[in-house]
Amino acid sequence: MPEIARAQTDAPSAIALADVDVAFRLADGGVYTAVARASLDVADGEFVAIVGPTGCGKSTLLNIAAGLLAPAGGRVDIFGAPLPGINRQAGYLFQADALFPWKTSLENVAIGLETAGTPQAEARERAQAWLTRVGLGAFGDRYPHMLSGGQRKRVGLAQVLIRDPKILLMDEPFGPLDAQTRQIMGNLLLDLWSADRKAVLFVTHDLEEAIALSDRVVIMSAGPAARIIGDWKVPLPRPRDISEIKAEPEFQKLHRDIWQMLKAEVLKGYAQAEGV
Amino acid sequence: MSRVTLTALQVMVAVVSLVLWQLLTTVPVFGRVLLPPFFFSNPLDVAHQVYIWFSTGVIWKHLWVTLIEAVLAFFIGSIGGVLVGFWFARQPRTAAVFDPYVKMANALPRVVLAPIFTLWLGLGIWSKVALGVTLVFFIVFFNVYQGVKEVSPTVLANARMLGMNERQLMRHVYWPSALSWMFSSLHTSVGFAVVGAVVGEYLGAAAGLGYLIQQAEGIFDVAGVFAGMFVLAAFVIVIDSIVTVIEKRLLVWRPVAEARP
Repeated sequence: MPEIARAQTDAPSAIALADVDVAFRLADGGVYTAVARASLDVADGEFVAIVGPTGCGKSTLLNIAAGLLAPAGGRVDIFGAPLPGINRQAGYLFQADALFPWKTSLENVAIGLETAGTPQAEARERAQAWLTRVGLGAFGDRYPHMLSGGQRKRVGLAQVLIRDPKILLMDEPFGPLDAQTRQIMGNLLLDLWSADRKAVLFVTHDLEEAIALSDRVVIMSAGPAARIIGDWKVPLPRPRDISEIKAEPEFQKLHRDIWQMLKAEVLKGYAQAEGV
Repeated sequence: MSRVTLTALQVMVAVVSLVLWQLLTTVPVFGRVLLPPFFFSNPLDVAHQVYIWFSTGVIWKHLWVTLIEAVLAFFIGSIGGVLVGFWFARQPRTAAVFDPYVKMANALPRVVLAPIFTLWLGLGIWSKVALGVTLVFFIVFFNVYQGVKEVSPTVLANARMLGMNERQLMRHVYWPSALSWMFSSLHTSVGFAVVGAVVGEYLGAAAGLGYLIQQAEGIFDVAGVFAGMFVLAAFVIVIDSIVTVIEKRLLVWRPVAEARP
């Protein structure tokens, strides 16, 4: 606890959600409370994963931090200042395909710089460098539909990181990929992240992935009115290799402990879904 | 099926139809010609008529007039459709107000407008252009409207997160999406531009393929009517293949399997 307090006085958190409520108006006039009184701090340079049962509002919370959604109540502070709209300091990697289908990989990566006023030639040059960094140097002229799911995610990662955001928001970014590709992408992400340690908020339903990647794992309860019910530090050393770290006894113990809590919530989620 | 076989079969269909037509209009079956030449002419006469048109050069003027009318109708209709489609898609309130009138205007058979256009714009090309515009406009309008409305919410959110302002969203997200829908209806809209031109000419003009057909019909020159039809069909095929080439170039980013009809 004193450690957290010190962190707050030294430097403001990258993301600070305080008692955030999220409500949606339903078609029949009712109100659905997706998230209730959620509080979460992500320090600068910290990698935090949010895990919870399907439909618990993890992505909703991410959209709040991104400024794509306004909370019904509570405070959202980004580096100590309230968030007025779209979070300009954040990059967002979406779960679904979010690349511009009518632009080539190179144009997709360069666009974030071009709209910010970087001259086209320079933007393209830097985009090419980023494509090379994510292992797609030779794929600059491909359109998204010509790439595999994993390659599209790599382009997406380059598209977000080229703008050098201080915060990285990721919504189950590797969800649709197969297990092998996920591991490779996870390692790539850790590689890129370790270069300049941005604050990361990473949503996933995969507990193993969450532990392997992050410094902290936050557990959300089943919705509606989902809350944050657990907050676990991951004291595993870095740099990590995702496939190797899963064999560590410490990893497995942590996984068992967190899973005890998560399992109850997942079952609750199922029971509610069936009860409806 | 190999390309050669396919082409051979396609040619065979034409040859068989033409031979049947020629035989049925010239050779009596049980002492009776099944297709009276007065009503059905025959392929040789039709071919002769087409040959005369091209050898004397008469046809070029008419083709040119029809082409100009169709091209003008296509561009004016498309520009109008894009502008109004964009406007309505971005201003739902305006769209809601005009909705019943748009539906009404679109339901109207455009042929009935032809006399009015002739009255307003005369017998020259502009009354035909106007008719084509009323056809092309709605096709483009509906597609652009849909294209702007159906931009993927994720792509839109991504664009916002990448720091795009309203103008940049327009240029990099809404515009390409709308254009892709418009281009996917390119065949239909170009086809309707030609239909508008020809129908307009048929109903009253001084030149054009429709005029040629109408003139031949007026003197019961059935060979002339068929000849006009064949020239028109060839004209449409040429235009359509040009459109295909343009479409392939413009929509190179789109996966083939997902192409809309």
